[in-house]
Amino acid sequence: MGAANKQCCCCQSMRASDERYQKLADIIARYAGQPGALIPVLHQAQEVFGYLPQDVQVLIAEGLDVPLSEVDGVITFYSLFTSQPKGKYTIGVCMGTACYVKGAAAVLEELKQQLGVDVNGTSADGLFTLNVTRCVGACGLAPVMTIGEDVYGRMKPEAVREILDKYIQAEQQAKA
Amino acid sequence: MTMAVYRLHALVCAGAGCVSSNCKAVEAALQDELKKAGIADEVKVVETGCIGTCDLGPLIVVYPEGVFYQRLTPDDAREIVNEHFIKGRIVKRLLYRPSEGAEPVARTSDMDFFRRQYRIALRNTGVINPEVIEEYIARDGYTALGKVLSSMTREEVIDEIKRSGLRGRGGAGFPTGLKWEFAYKAPGDEKYVVCNADEGDPGAFMDRSILEGDPHSVIEAMCIAGYAIGAKQGFVYVRAEYPLAVQRLSKAIHQAREYGLLGKNIFGTDFSFDIEIRVGAGAFVCGEETALLTSIEGKRGEPRPRPPFPAVKGVFGKPTLLNNVETYANICPIILNGADWFAKIGTEKSRGTKVFAVAGDINNTGLVEVPMGTTLREIIFDIGGGIPKGKKFKAAQTGGPSGGCLTEEHLDIPMDYESLTQVGSMMGSGGLIVMDENTCMVDIARFFLEFTRDESCGKCTPCRVGTKRMLEILNRLTEGKGEEGDIEKLEALAKYIKANSLCGLGQSAPNPVLSTLRHFRHEYEAHVREKRCPAGQCPALTNFYIEPELCRGCGLCVKVCPENAISGNRREPHAIDTDRCVKCGACQEKCPFDAIVRR
Repeated sequence: MGAANKQCCCCQSMRASDERYQKLADIIARYAGQPGALIPVLHQAQEVFGYLPQDVQVLIAEGLDVPLSEVDGVITFYSLFTSQPKGKYTIGVCMGTACYVKGAAAVLEELKQQLGVDVNGTSADGLFTLNVTRCVGACGLAPVMTIGEDVYGRMKPEAVREILDKYIQAEQQAKA
Repeated sequence: MTMAVYRLHALVCAGAGCVSSNCKAVEAALQDELKKAGIADEVKVVETGCIGTCDLGPLIVVYPEGVFYQRLTPDDAREIVNEHFIKGRIVKRLLYRPSEGAEPVARTSDMDFFRRQYRIALRNTGVINPEVIEEYIARDGYTALGKVLSSMTREEVIDEIKRSGLRGRGGAGFPTGLKWEFAYKAPGDEKYVVCNADEGDPGAFMDRSILEGDPHSVIEAMCIAGYAIGAKQGFVYVRAEYPLAVQRLSKAIHQAREYGLLGKNIFGTDFSFDIEIRVGAGAFVCGEETALLTSIEGKRGEPRPRPPFPAVKGVFGKPTLLNNVETYANICPIILNGADWFAKIGTEKSRGTKVFAVAGDINNTGLVEVPMGTTLREIIFDIGGGIPKGKKFKAAQTGGPSGGCLTEEHLDIPMDYESLTQVGSMMGSGGLIVMDENTCMVDIARFFLEFTRDESCGKCTPCRVGTKRMLEILNRLTEGKGEEGDIEKLEALAKYIKANSLCGLGQSAPNPVLSTLRHFRHEYEAHVREKRCPAGQCPALTNFYIEPELCRGCGLCVKVCPENAISGNRREPHAIDTDRCVKCGACQEKCPFDAIVRR
């Protein structure tokens, strides 16, 4: 894997001009040699890239001196790590018990319909990725939905469309 | 350093629930209005951790009187400042009312929700600003650590914890002092203290509130534990779903280091101890102790067989003491007030208090801390204010996906470790989900099995395959495809998985099924034999109907139906074509006369 990677000169030059790879190198340098560094490095790398593509995994494996299989094993084990790109906004429908009892399933169903995707899918416009999350600990506001950093409590299926439109409009305005 | 004197203190709850309901905007408006009124130097606005009444946020409590204002909007700030802060008149319309139409209650000391609580672990949450170490110190913070380092031997500390009778608050209820003793006695120069803040049990959020509302209480207790067992390094393993907890804890660690309360030569003694945060990555199984330790090492969080126990072989193969957040939050009061004081609270085998996260179909959701042995009835009806909309209490799930349900007949049992285990449930971490008469217990069991199926790490076969098989049967039942013998198969599988799984996740995964079968077997039988859901919840087994005597023929349901399945003449009872109906429930939501029923 490492050898194949080195032959690919076009990626190397692309990387040189991409400051995200510089950030990744800094992160790796900060943790290299420390015990138990892999998970914190993956967290920060995912923050930089939005996901963990294979070339990033290779760089981390080499930088921390752990087998690539182990890097991949850890990524696939933990649900918050992803090797697939995500939509601009991640929608999380809390499926904790309190939210479930208060009707989170109906909210999720409405989101699926409105976005035309299944759970873990990304909408055609690349704007939203629909996720189901574990208890976010805001049980007093059940059912709860999150979009990016925004939290929407006491959700009802009827409110879904309007909330999605808010993001779509903001996006259109930003483009215009 | 001098502290300014203020006439009033306005505590703004900035717990996770209130942040979600936008308490920051209310706080900003309050500050703004205070400036406009020219009394910003008379009223101090303090951002606190979780006050506990999560569904009433954004909220503020005004001291010295303890006036409680709830469900605020930024527009309310002006009236509070002008009326209350300046003229001394309480703003009645923003007060809490125990029920609709009831007289408002002004003070927290008069509210049943607060009055009946006994706060030890939550002593500071909702009272101090968690981001200011001085506020913690002003409430006896770091006094316990000082006492331990200056006047107690390591053995005396362990003995104090043992005599207090404190047991682990994370689930199994193992005696904390014994755990400390094992780690202390384990041979090895290098030892670790770990805090389990991977609060994954859905519906439990007390650890989150403590970390967000009183992070120093955990840091101080971990230092004491480090001294007692002989460790120099601690780890807090927090789940990634709690970013605010990570942020506040980081800040607190940083402040403690600046004050010489963490790091080298604490209080000028030769004791050194530091803490590092490890953030999880979304795996429920990491709440299991051996899995958590493996995850700290940066690996896949898979559990391993015990023994060796973590006290002998834990993080990086070294002796490790592992307690959960709420357990640590009890340590400093025990050291300061003595083991005898603590042992007087609670029941004979379960000493002290327990924090319950009360949520679901209940009027006052939030965190309540009560002495062990308080009855379920007191928690649900006296503190929690009962079931909304006058519905009937059906069951309460304790212990999350590892626990079981309690029913009406259990309302008066004391809530302690032994009593809960005896009736087929467990204390767990203290999540308490209340369910009303409209909850289908087969569906709830299915929900929990879906959770454990997803979260099974896959290492051992009974859990990996067994939970999947059980879920398949439960799915069949709720879809109306249950067969004779399914219930017996579920029972057999449940017993096998319990007996043969590697870790606590698998061993307890069948509990929700076993416990609902024990108390609601007739509901399972109705699903199998009559293809009927008695609670009227399982979509495949129910239809929507319009009660002709309640329907006024207003036509709202016709407009809202996405499938044009409702018809009828104006001002005459309508009817639903059950063949076309997709059971979305939109008509039921819309009907102003409650004429649409599901059965």
